[in-house]
Amino acid sequence: MHISGRGISRGKAKGKLLVSPAPISFLSGVDPKTGVIVEKGHPLQGTSITGTVLAFPYGKGSTVGSYVLYALSRNGHAPAAIVNTEAEAIIATGAIIGGIPMIDRTSVPLIKLKEGVSVTVDGDTGTMEYDGELSEA
Amino acid sequence: MQLDRDDERILAGEQGETKQKMLELIVALGKVFGAERLVPIKSAQVSGASYKTIGEYGLQWLTSLDAKAIVPAVLNPIGMPRERWEEMGVDPDFAAKQQAVVAAYERLGIALECTCTPYYLRETSFGDHLAWSESSAVSYANSVIGARTNREGGPGALAAALVGKTPCYGLHLEEKRKPQVIVRVEADTRNWDISHYGALGYHAGKLVGNRIPFFSGLESATPERLKGLGAAMAATGAVALYHVEGVTPEAAQGLFELSGLEVINVETGDVERLFKEIPVDAVAVGCPHCSPLELGEIAGLLKGKVVTMPFYVFASQGVIDRNQKTVDQIEKSGARVFADTCMVVSPVMEQYEAIMVNSGKALAYVPDMCAAVARIGTIAECVKVATE
Repeated sequence: MHISGRGISRGKAKGKLLVSPAPISFLSGVDPKTGVIVEKGHPLQGTSITGTVLAFPYGKGSTVGSYVLYALSRNGHAPAAIVNTEAEAIIATGAIIGGIPMIDRTSVPLIKLKEGVSVTVDGDTGTMEYDGELSEA
Repeated sequence: MQLDRDDERILAGEQGETKQKMLELIVALGKVFGAERLVPIKSAQVSGASYKTIGEYGLQWLTSLDAKAIVPAVLNPIGMPRERWEEMGVDPDFAAKQQAVVAAYERLGIALECTCTPYYLRETSFGDHLAWSESSAVSYANSVIGARTNREGGPGALAAALVGKTPCYGLHLEEKRKPQVIVRVEADTRNWDISHYGALGYHAGKLVGNRIPFFSGLESATPERLKGLGAAMAATGAVALYHVEGVTPEAAQGLFELSGLEVINVETGDVERLFKEIPVDAVAVGCPHCSPLELGEIAGLLKGKVVTMPFYVFASQGVIDRNQKTVDQIEKSGARVFADTCMVVSPVMEQYEAIMVNSGKALAYVPDMCAAVARIGTIAECVKVATE
């Protein structure tokens, strides 16, 4: 299925979807050495984002979070691509300086996307190829 | 987003990978903030200069870049004076990391000035578009000078310095600069100095939040006093632009529609209540960094006296260099004039229990940033307390 959106960070990448219903803070919310979400009480606490297509509503927390995304991309623990409901400055900056393809404002809401489905994100065209069924939610 | 042919070439990588990435970043931030086009800037002021803030990853990123700033650009204050850090008692390991961050910026063509008062170094004019980061500098540029800048994040401001443009949204647009709330000051302000204006900003910032205030009743305003007002309002609120009736350039044009706006009244007591006589073990002034005029006033007050507790004065290196005689007079008293840093960002200030300041911004930040009690007083009171 072809899902349209808006390109934020260029490049193309493929991975399995990891969907977070809650916003993510990269500073103190994600371990920069392992790519595991460590924020207490976060729905994805303990989950690794490494190599996933990480879908979440928007970023939160400190602007220093941009540098954490850069660190993750340098040590091989970054998400393959990022999909946001609405991009904000911290995640957009981190995605670009980390060379991580990113899109937002997708034509299908993120809650309808199923975890584990294989997707390809194209940050140049702002689109996503979704190889699966949508959830009923 | 409208882009011109030069932009397209940069995005195609014709001027190297760093500039390509930096313009991508500017375009992405433009999308995030709803900009329709980019605007050329006159200068940039880049935050993310302190190693304490950006850490090892930030330093790695800076080191990976390869381009030169094409507009004049300076840095935010850092945790230590670049040259006199040992004298100030800064840890050598921290100093080495901090020097590495500064060196990385120097390689990118950023001037080695770490200051919140870039407007004392290079003339900034009404209507100039800028990409500045530090909250008090942004407030001063917008309000007192009538230049135009949003509060840029570190990477965004660096990108603007390297590409010479920033996304055109927010305070770059005339229609986004109108007053949103009136603050009516009902006090006799004739004897007020910077500290009173700072205390007013400390109080008003909490009430106006992120709105654009229009002040009335501040006929005693001077540029230095307004610097103190704006710095404090940006600390306790998120004010990046304010207007002062009959004083600031956009208010002086008299074109604002004020009817229907909420009115907040401020009285003498709201400001004077913040001045408490408590014992202190250090004095620190220069938040924001001192102007030549302020240095002269401090030198005059300290003449023939000796300080009995640590007395710090902070100013930009450029202002210090151009006023070396005045600085020497101040230091003759035992006070120290340091560049590049301040009481809010230097870890050295954490050694004190209570610090006296003449700044509303420092009053707001010293308790959290230095884990010390803060006392505000006029510059004359600061000198009196430190030389008793």
